[in-house]
Parts: sequence; structure tokens; C-alpha cells
Amino acid sequence: MTVQSPKVVMPPADPMVPMAFRIDKVKKELSDTFTLELVAEGGGAFPFKPGQFNMLYAYGVGEVPISISGDPAEPTKLVHTIRSVGAVTQAMGELKVGEAIGVRGPFGTPWPVEAAYGNDLVLVAGGVGLAPLRPAIYQAMAEREKFGRVMILYGARTPEDILFKRELEKWRGRFDMEVLATVDRSTGKWGGNVGVVTNLVGKGGFDPLHTTAFVCGPEIMMRFAVQSLQKRGVDGGNIYVSMERNMKCGVGFCGHCQWGPHFVCRHGPVFAYDAIADIFTVREL
Amino acid sequence: MHVEDLGRILDDHAFFKGIDPELRQLLVGCAANERFDAGQYLFREGAKAEKFWLIRHGTVAVEIYAAGKTPITVETLGEGDVLGWSWLVEPHKHMFDARAMTLVRAISMDASCLLNKMNANHALGYDVARRFMPLMAHRLQAARMQMLDLYGPGR
Amino acid sequence: MPLTVGSKVLVQRDRFDLFMAALAADGRQVVGPTVADGAVVYDTVETSADLPVGRIDEQEGGHYRLSAPQGEALFGYALGVQGWKRQLFPSKQHIWSAERGGAGFRISASDDKTPSYAFLGVRACELAAIQVQDKVFDNGQFAEPGYLGRRRDALIVAVQCGRAVKTCFCATAGTGPKVGAGYDLLLSELTDHGRHAFLVEIGSERGAAVLATVPHEEPSASDMHAAEALPRHAEAQQVRKLDGEAAALLKDNVESSHWDEVAKRCLTCGNCTQVCPTCFCSTMEDTTDLTAARTDRWRRWDSCFTIDYSYIHGGSVRREGGSRYRQWITHKLAYWHDQFGSSGCVGCGRCITWCPVGIDITAEVGALRANKKGG
Repeated sequence: MTVQSPKVVMPPADPMVPMAFRIDKVKKELSDTFTLELVAEGGGAFPFKPGQFNMLYAYGVGEVPISISGDPAEPTKLVHTIRSVGAVTQAMGELKVGEAIGVRGPFGTPWPVEAAYGNDLVLVAGGVGLAPLRPAIYQAMAEREKFGRVMILYGARTPEDILFKRELEKWRGRFDMEVLATVDRSTGKWGGNVGVVTNLVGKGGFDPLHTTAFVCGPEIMMRFAVQSLQKRGVDGGNIYVSMERNMKCGVGFCGHCQWGPHFVCRHGPVFAYDAIADIFTVREL
Repeated sequence: MHVEDLGRILDDHAFFKGIDPELRQLLVGCAANERFDAGQYLFREGAKAEKFWLIRHGTVAVEIYAAGKTPITVETLGEGDVLGWSWLVEPHKHMFDARAMTLVRAISMDASCLLNKMNANHALGYDVARRFMPLMAHRLQAARMQMLDLYGPGR
Repeated sequence: MPLTVGSKVLVQRDRFDLFMAALAADGRQVVGPTVADGAVVYDTVETSADLPVGRIDEQEGGHYRLSAPQGEALFGYALGVQGWKRQLFPSKQHIWSAERGGAGFRISASDDKTPSYAFLGVRACELAAIQVQDKVFDNGQFAEPGYLGRRRDALIVAVQCGRAVKTCFCATAGTGPKVGAGYDLLLSELTDHGRHAFLVEIGSERGAAVLATVPHEEPSASDMHAAEALPRHAEAQQVRKLDGEAAALLKDNVESSHWDEVAKRCLTCGNCTQVCPTCFCSTMEDTTDLTAARTDRWRRWDSCFTIDYSYIHGGSVRREGGSRYRQWITHKLAYWHDQFGSSGCVGCGRCITWCPVGIDITAEVGALRANKKGG
């Protein structure tokens, strides 16, 4: 008996029209962050690359871009980790298993995991920025032998805000991965690091001359993290960041996500730092 | 511990990396090897700042105490880090508590011993001050980043 | 005589209504220039009486005047208020609707249809603008079937400018005044030496098919010369010039204090983006009926000048008016090259005319040039 791979979900011809997916699982991650696991009506695979995003639609409310946070090797489950920050994401936070969400995608440029082959792979995440990096972590673990060290440096606000805590502990437990976590402040029983995530860049034992770094988090955090990595000796061409801008269409038609000459939806969200170093610090660009 | 061993330990610690051997000999006279058990305080807020430490092993929590609340940890320092700079600036009193979170081994530097030597030997004075400046700049930047509450709601 | 691509014929003025009727064959809606609210706008037209007969326009920074009829020319005005954007890229479009069913909902793409068009009176800059927008809505990775369908279907009857107004700068923008390739038919209106006729050049087979039903004659050498003189005359009248190195100047001045200076004048009203024939920004809107049984997604024109255009995470990236003006001009003249391989500006000058305070895109680049020289 031959095993057939699941058929690929076919999107509508017009890239502005969504498909309805069904919520298969809802998981509360933090006080304001939750994960939805979606399946296509009629099943099927939704292939994507780590770092890509979908435009997700909440019925009657609106559409927002959300990075995919699941495993690219399991494309029949479409996973998104969402933080409640506005009307649309709040509406999504109230949806239950069995209800529907509109999906358009996958859009955007991926984390170049292949470009890191042969190097140490350092993933620097801040806050909910760990979610868009998680698919890259899964891919790296699936091809672990292709990298030198694999290291996750994670910063959160407080110990209660650590995203994917169980998984971080599980990854840390692997003998071939290193996980360093820190919080901006703590009370109570946290026995781990307190301080900014950029401090961890100095502590990680990776080889800066042979490192590829993926950085994801609030823009300010990414600016400082890139500085720390460069100070440590990592080349700007080997550092990648994930940018966010207002998006209405996700396909380069509406103009909203422009950042200098780039459409963040098509030329990003992942950018090599060298390619955007000149605009990275320009105010209000 | 023998003086020679202390000297070697100073050499190895990141903070005094590359220091001139003659200056290092001066430092050794103010150095002592210390150890703290988990839970012990290295210093308390408000106490006179008589030492600073080069942490060799373990983790120290820099904390602030607020009545009615568990202490808030503002930073953790570990191997290779330096604890305490209040000895350099008026009013020479510690601004925070420092508590050993684990077993901690550190080299302590006696502040008045070192300050006397720094005043007598300006080359030493300049070298030590020069090493502290980037450290304090780094702490300031880090503190500011923590203050920004980067991962807070609305970011 | 057999009509084919490249053929040139003469159509007399008294046959022009037959020509317009021929455009409407195959159920096309003919859109052309007409006078409304004291200006030339592009709207549905049926006969030559609907056209702005004898009207001459005067345009300058923040200034537009349309004369009373003087003479008989049908296309004596220089430029309408907007280009053909309103037809090809409607200001409000229905994209899809969704209906509740069970625990979920069903999405249906819109079946709204736009009419089949014939565009009468497309200027060189306007034709260039249509071609610029073609590359936006078919960017190599994604294509918008609605726009592309309307665009391929629209019959384009271009008209050669013989006159420029003060805001025109198509010559230095590289898009005219001579009409380039891409039309189905090209008209040159000849009103010199007592004649009134149209030299018609055929640009496509379907253009030839339209013309086959209209009485026409062989043009004389004099007709050809008169037609060829038109773009030269228009070019000579252009007073404004776009700096040939505008793209580089803008990229070098992203952090210039000049944008603070413009901010003192710019109202961020967005008029320029509305009249610009290449501006393409849009936003999405969701409307729901009272029972929430059905919801619709609409796409509307938007402008980078609005304060919430760049809103993320509780604030707008471009809060200052200066940074929004910078975005518009730098995108139009510089970043457009990186994105689409050409300038986004076709030199029509509408942004200058319709800016309430008369901000001049060519002068703003000129100011950067002056700063560079040593101001």
C-alpha cells in the first residue's frame, strides 16, 4: 500500500479572497496570548516555510497578519499564536473549537534555515517574538546534524510571561540544544536570569565567525540585539530580523506595509540585516 | 589560597583581562577569595560599600526590597560579571541588596585598600576606572531597556 | 483600403459621432471627457455634444480654471481632473461576501461586474500611468484578476496633446508628449488652416475593426505634418522640469531637515493621492448586516497621508506630516524604481494643480538639488 501525502489545499484564484479554516484546538498560553490550531475544511495540507505569515480573518470584525507558529513538517495542522492587542485579535481570542477563521496565505519571506547550514544557529527571541521563530526551531531540530551549536536566547517580561515554557524546558533538556532565558524583572520564585536578553548574547558560547542569527521581537529589542551580536563579532550578513508593519492585503497591492523600498509582506517580513541596515534606524520611515 | 593563585585568578577573570602584570601585583594585595552559600547576602542596601566582587561561579541576584512584597530582582549576575560599583562614587553606600542564589565563589576587592593604591599610583587608578566605565555604561543601557517594558501590552 | 496595425486614416469632424457610436458597439460604455462642476472629468459620453467642445483649461499650483467655449476643438483642454483610475481601479470595490452557516461561515468571491469600457481621450501621460499601474497589480508574484480583466478589455482611444498647461512635465518625466505604444487607436485633432479632422493611427486589430465601420479617407502629407507637429508644440510649452536624478536625490535625503519645511505647508489632505493616476493604495473594510448573517469585504482607495495609514501596536509609524510627505514623494520618484522597474510619476502635474497650497513635486526635488549644490 502506498502512503499518499495529503492533498494540498487550493486557494482561490483571487489572492484577496480567503478560505475558511476550522478551529481544531485552542490553547491559552499566557494571560493575553493564545494558540489556535486550524484545519482546512475537507482536510489537506497547507505547506509553508518558517517565518511566513497568513492574513487571518475573524468573521465580521476584520483581518490581521499573524505569523505561523507550527511545525512545517506537519502542514495539515495550521498553527498560529496570537496576542490580544486589538479588536480583531480579541475577537479571535473568543472563538471556540469548531468555529471558523478565514485564511489567506502563506505570505512573506522565510527564515533562511538553509543559509545557516554548517554554522552555529542562534535564535534570539523577545516576548511573543518566539512564536514566529518556533517553526525555524522545529526545522532545525529535524535537521540537527546540519548545524554546529543550536542556541535559543529568550527574553520575556516576567516569569509569568514566558511563552511556550514547557517546550523551552523540553528543548533545554536536549543534549544538543542550548536554551538561555531571562526576564526583565521577577518576583517570587524565579531562579533564572534577570536582565535584558542582549546580556545573553554575551554569555552564549557560539562562535561568532560561524554563526547565523535569527532575531525576532519588538523593534527596539531587535535593534539592541543586532548591536550585541555585531559587537560579539557576528557579521551583519548573517543576521536576520523579522519586521512588522500595517498590512491590509498581504500581497503588495494596498501599499500599507511599505518600509523604504520594501513591501514587508513580499520582501519581508524576514530581512537580512545588511540589506536593511541603512533604513533600520530611520525614524518614521 | 596562595598569592600566586589569586594573581592567576585575577588574570583569568574577564574584568581584569590583559592588565599589566605590575598593576596586577598591586591588585592582588587587596584581593581575597570568598564564598557564599545560597541565600546569603553579599551586601545590603544602605550599607557602606567596602568591596566589589568578581564572580567566578554561581549566580547573584541584585534585588530591591519593598515592604509587604517579595523582593524584586532587577538583575542577575554570574560567572565573569562584576558586582558592586558604589565604592567608586559618593555616598559609597550600596543601592540594592545582593543575594547569592546559588553557591557563589568570588574574589572580593577591598575598596579602601584599592582606593589608596589608586590614589598613589595613577596608572593603576586610570586602569581600574577605565575598566569600570564601559561596565557602568552597559548597566545603564540594560537598565533603560528593562525600563522600556518592551514586551508589555501595546508594544 | 485594408486597415491594419500601423495604418493611418483621416476621419472628418462630421463623422466623429459615427466614430463614437462605433466605440459603443459590442456593448461598451464609452467614457470620455465632459464638463462637470467647472472642470473636465472623465465620465460616460455618447455623442460629441457631451465632450468639452472649445474648452481650454488653465492649470497652475493650486489653480484650475476652465474657459467658456472658444472654438470647436473637442480635445483642446490639456488634462482632466483624474485619469482612468476610477474606471480601472474603482474607488470602492466589493471583494467577497461571507455567510454564516453552522459553526462557521462560507466565503464567496464577488460576482460584481464592471462594464466593458472604451476610453476616449487618453493622453500620453495617462496611457503611461495605466501601464505603471499594470505592474502594480501584476507584480510577478500576485495578480489581481479584477483589475487585469478590466484593463485588457478596455478599448483605449488615445489623443495626441498639441498643447501643454503650466503643470505638465511629461517631457522630462519621459512619458510624452508623444503618445507611446499601448493604444488601440490614436487620434490627432487637426484644427489648423480651416480644417477639422482627426488623423487616426491604428494600434491593434480590434482598433482596426472599430474603424472599419467609420467612413474615413487617406490622409494627405499636410495632415501627417500637422499631426507630427502637435507633440513638438506641446513639449515647447512645458515650463516645469523633473530633475533626471530625482531618485538618487530623494534616497540621499531621507533624513534631511527639508521634510520639516514641507510639513509647514502640506496639509496632508491627500488630494494629490486622489488625483494621481498611479497612486494605488487601498484599505479593506468589513461591513455586516444587522443580523450578522452576512458580511462583506470592500476595498476602498486609501492615502499614505492619513494618520492611521501606518498604524501598528497602538501608534502610527509616520506621525509627522513631514514623514508622510517624504513617504509619498520618495515612493513615487525613487522607491517605485526598486519595486516596479520604473518611476511612479508620469509628469501629468495633477498633484500640483489640485494641491490646495500648490506644493510642486518638481520644485521639492529642485530644493534638494539646491541643498546639494551648497545651500
